[in-house]
Amino acid sequence: MVENLVEVVGVKKWFPVAQGFIAGLTGAPKEYVRAVDGVTFEIRKGEVFGLAGESGSGKSTVGRLVLRLLDPTDGSVVFDGVDLVSLSHEEMRTLRHRMQVVFQDPLASLNPRMTIGQAIEHPLKIHMPQLSAEDRHARALEMLDQVGLAPPEFFFAKYPHQISGGQRQRVVFARGMITAPDLIVADEPIAMADVSVRALLLDLMMELKDEFDLTYLFITHDLATAKYVCNRIAVMYLGKIVEIGPLEAVYTNAQHPYTRALLDAVPVPDPKHRRTEPLPAGEIPNPINPPPGCNFHPRCPIAQAGICDGIEPILLPVGGDPEHLVSCHLRTGEYQDLDPFK
Amino acid sequence: MEDFLYSVRGLNVRYATRSGDVHAVEDVSLDIRRGEILGLVGESGCGKSTFGKAIMRMIRTPGRIESGELWFDGADLMTYSGRQMQSVRGGEIGMVFQDPMTSLNPVQRVAEHLTETIRTHEPKVSELAAMARAEELVEKLGIRRERLDDYPHQLSGGMRQRVMISLALALRAKLVIADEPTTSLDVIVEAKFLDLLRELRDEFDLTILMITHNIGVVAEVADRVAVMYAGRMAEIGDVYGVFAEPKHPYTVGLLNSVPNIDLDEHDLYKMEGAPPNLLSPPSGCPFHPRCPKAMDICAAEVPVLHEVVPGQATACWLYDGVGVAGG
Repeated sequence: MVENLVEVVGVKKWFPVAQGFIAGLTGAPKEYVRAVDGVTFEIRKGEVFGLAGESGSGKSTVGRLVLRLLDPTDGSVVFDGVDLVSLSHEEMRTLRHRMQVVFQDPLASLNPRMTIGQAIEHPLKIHMPQLSAEDRHARALEMLDQVGLAPPEFFFAKYPHQISGGQRQRVVFARGMITAPDLIVADEPIAMADVSVRALLLDLMMELKDEFDLTYLFITHDLATAKYVCNRIAVMYLGKIVEIGPLEAVYTNAQHPYTRALLDAVPVPDPKHRRTEPLPAGEIPNPINPPPGCNFHPRCPIAQAGICDGIEPILLPVGGDPEHLVSCHLRTGEYQDLDPFK
Repeated sequence: MEDFLYSVRGLNVRYATRSGDVHAVEDVSLDIRRGEILGLVGESGCGKSTFGKAIMRMIRTPGRIESGELWFDGADLMTYSGRQMQSVRGGEIGMVFQDPMTSLNPVQRVAEHLTETIRTHEPKVSELAAMARAEELVEKLGIRRERLDDYPHQLSGGMRQRVMISLALALRAKLVIADEPTTSLDVIVEAKFLDLLRELRDEFDLTILMITHNIGVVAEVADRVAVMYAGRMAEIGDVYGVFAEPKHPYTVGLLNSVPNIDLDEHDLYKMEGAPPNLLSPPSGCPFHPRCPKAMDICAAEVPVLHEVVPGQATACWLYDGVGVAGG
């Protein structure tokens, strides 16, 4: 039986839209950006769970909710059996060393006035104040070696601007790993790196995972990269998960028209396989007033009037596969016979 | 006789720093054929963007064009005055950059961007005629006429990039230099923009130099591809040929380290080392310290770019003596 490290249940995050003074006085209805609008999934111990989507899909907001860097508007986030929303800030702080985060831009994540060594030691000062300075130093050196920054003494004294972008991201990983976390939320961790560096960083992520029994939430816009690391993947559109399942099932048997479009749009590094499939019309709608029913229906090539524009679909298993779920009236459930392409 | 719209010969660009000159572009020669989409790829710091700026003579101090010839449509741009270059830039040569938000004026409506561009370069055109041209143009690019009244922040990223292209087309540019034009766009928007570029090339007889780090984008849209490494041209050729049989070991490594969405594809190649410091580039071939096939000569002498199979040239000692007759 695989245990779940994280359970996200019906989570919503609505951000209020700033209102003018007059609108506030006249009692105009308050508007919200529905960044995350009812998302449910679990992250199993030891897996790499991918969360993919375009800008504005809500994938990064979900990452922040999982870490409780944001409080959800509704729903719950359970981390290793503990409901994070019920915890006080003090209780949350004691749990924080078990979850770490790696963002896209390592230069923005590192303090320019701290040496690499100081940056890596810093979490130990906060979470393990009982350690002596020598112990901290020794652990930081060991961690530098783990992430492939050798000789560690050399890098320990460097400042972030003195090393390359790929090396900086290694430092961010080292700083995250030093508190021996269970979960790493990696939000576009390799998006800034050059092509030849990306493969090395993905490699490092997988080595660390094996070495330290990590679980990853891998947030990315790049489905081609996700393929190399994820065990399962969820695709988000406008604050909701439209499809979720084992990587292979989603990539080879994508059911949701949006998932298909996203997979088709990824440029293939081979001029013999240029894209021929049509692309969905229009652009991502405004998340303040998302379309009714299935929020993809205005762009969907197979949308059926009277169903897709009125009834909100829910995630249901594809065929008999309880692992592969899709949120589309025409692929699962009572209306699937209406699918014009079936 | 091949028809070249732009020919670069022996271009050298240097940036002066306190520690000495950075050799950003080193002895690059390149021909851009009329009507083609040429993809110029390479990693950060390889000199591809500097090359794009240099061929518009947009290198500012502390940078300088040290030497080289720039022939655009039969004219020697190196002899042009600053004023003459101004009318070429934005006129016959259009530009599209990565971040349209920083290229557009936030307090100017889309329509004003277009009419101002047209009337600056063609003062005889009336405001009304310029507006009519603007309307016609944006509709061709899939932007509704009403959006001309919008400010840049009201447009989506994809639409802003279309506006940038419309600015280039407003003056009937012959050559468009697009530097990472899709890097800030989402995949579906990116795919649509690439489709648009291809259509525009056909409709307006455009020639496009597409500078990008994204190998997938080049495979999707380019006719030929040029690969730069450490300021030098490593390989150039027909896109099908280069992707099917890359010659230069750097191109081989680069192509094999690109993630491919196809589930059957190989593991990613991990290239050792890092690009060199261009303050003191390695002797000989700049790739030799990282090259799995390096030989003695590679550290000693710089290989010359030469055609090794028809339509494909590389600068690599592995192909010394290999070549196309007369090439």
